[in-house]
Amino acid sequence: MFGRNGAGKSTFLSIAATLTKPSSGELLYDGKSLTELGERIRHQIGFVSHHSLTYPDLTVEENLHFYARLYGISGKIDQALTWADLDLRRRSPVRSLSRGMLQRFAIARALLHEPRLLLLDEPYTALDSLSAERLSERIVDLKNETTIVLTTHDIERGVSIADRMLVMEAGRIAFDSTRGTTKEIRHVLIEAQETSP
Amino acid sequence: MNASRRDFLRVVFAIFRKDVRNELHTKEMVSSMFVFAVLVLLVFNFTLAIDETRALDLGPGVLWVAFVFSATLGLNRSFTVEKENQSLSGLMLAPVERSAIYFGKLLSNLVFALTMEAFVLPLFVVLYNLNLWEILPASDLASFSVVLFLGTLGYVAIGTILAAIAANTTMREVLLPVLLFPTAVPVVIGAAESTRLLFQEDPLSNPWSWIRILFVFAIVFIFVSWLVFEYVLEE
Repeated sequence: MFGRNGAGKSTFLSIAATLTKPSSGELLYDGKSLTELGERIRHQIGFVSHHSLTYPDLTVEENLHFYARLYGISGKIDQALTWADLDLRRRSPVRSLSRGMLQRFAIARALLHEPRLLLLDEPYTALDSLSAERLSERIVDLKNETTIVLTTHDIERGVSIADRMLVMEAGRIAFDSTRGTTKEIRHVLIEAQETSP
Repeated sequence: MNASRRDFLRVVFAIFRKDVRNELHTKEMVSSMFVFAVLVLLVFNFTLAIDETRALDLGPGVLWVAFVFSATLGLNRSFTVEKENQSLSGLMLAPVERSAIYFGKLLSNLVFALTMEAFVLPLFVVLYNLNLWEILPASDLASFSVVLFLGTLGYVAIGTILAAIAANTTMREVLLPVLLFPTAVPVVIGAAESTRLLFQEDPLSNPWSWIRILFVFAIVFIFVSWLVFEYVLEE
């Protein structure tokens, strides 16, 4: 999902993650309204926001144990640490992780309960190109198991990994295609900028 | 116990355990609460020049002022921790009723406040030259424990929900005491009065009417907070 700042991408993800209630309209999950489904639906949703949603003074392992307890799961910690390449940092406080490590850790945290829907809000922000590349590889690996909704300003990277591309403008879908190109998306974004008040 | 209640309790204890572990790493909350409480006791001790006789009358008030002020420091910190990396959103993603967050936070705030009180009380006894064993026979000592527990529970119950409200504002450190002190007045008066009646050697003084008030306020504050907590988070 692409869009300018303030287009409504993060708000949409926040609503989909059940963190925010929509002021109007409703969001359907497998044909059922999110509000109808109640809190149990959160078992099927993983969310990575701009922030890591972690506790900086706790170690990497302690953070994962805490989230595992929230979801009532056990025995997935080692798997998550291996996925995020953080085996050697398991006893380090989260405060000491680099931005790239923190982003991988945040995704591993969101995947701990094996959600059917993974929401990633601008996961490439502040990552160097190597870390962003490694993150893309992991996202592509996950695509077979999980539905991923990802927002980004990095059009090239987004187009290279997406199966469906959306452009959001002022809270509405301005473009929706499974075969969109970088050029097309850039064009829609420029057009939206020119027509916006 | 059905599955949803079990899940609810699991989240409550997970939050409590996480807060305790966080405190063991940082040692910020209980230590600052303790230092502040000791400072309050010292200031009152020197400014009011309290002797042994006056201590029985004034001591309970001073003790509860120290408890209440320092507990407020801890309450302020309890939701600030959750805002640092927006980890409150992480808690809100848990697949249970969101009031579980309130009860988890209430439990950790209560344990931190009672821990601080356990360290401050012996210092109060020494500073104000009170022989607690002489003043309070075994039965009164049990009553005093009930007062400490209910007074702290009532204060922390309303403090936790107000801390959650204040944490969402820009002036959170200032807003919490402004909201909390007037709301918690019945609990503070009840706790100080029942402690004073227990300290008096008059066999006719009965603190139980105040203790009942403390109990009712604790229940009311917990019940109201449980009802409104989800809306507080959404706002």
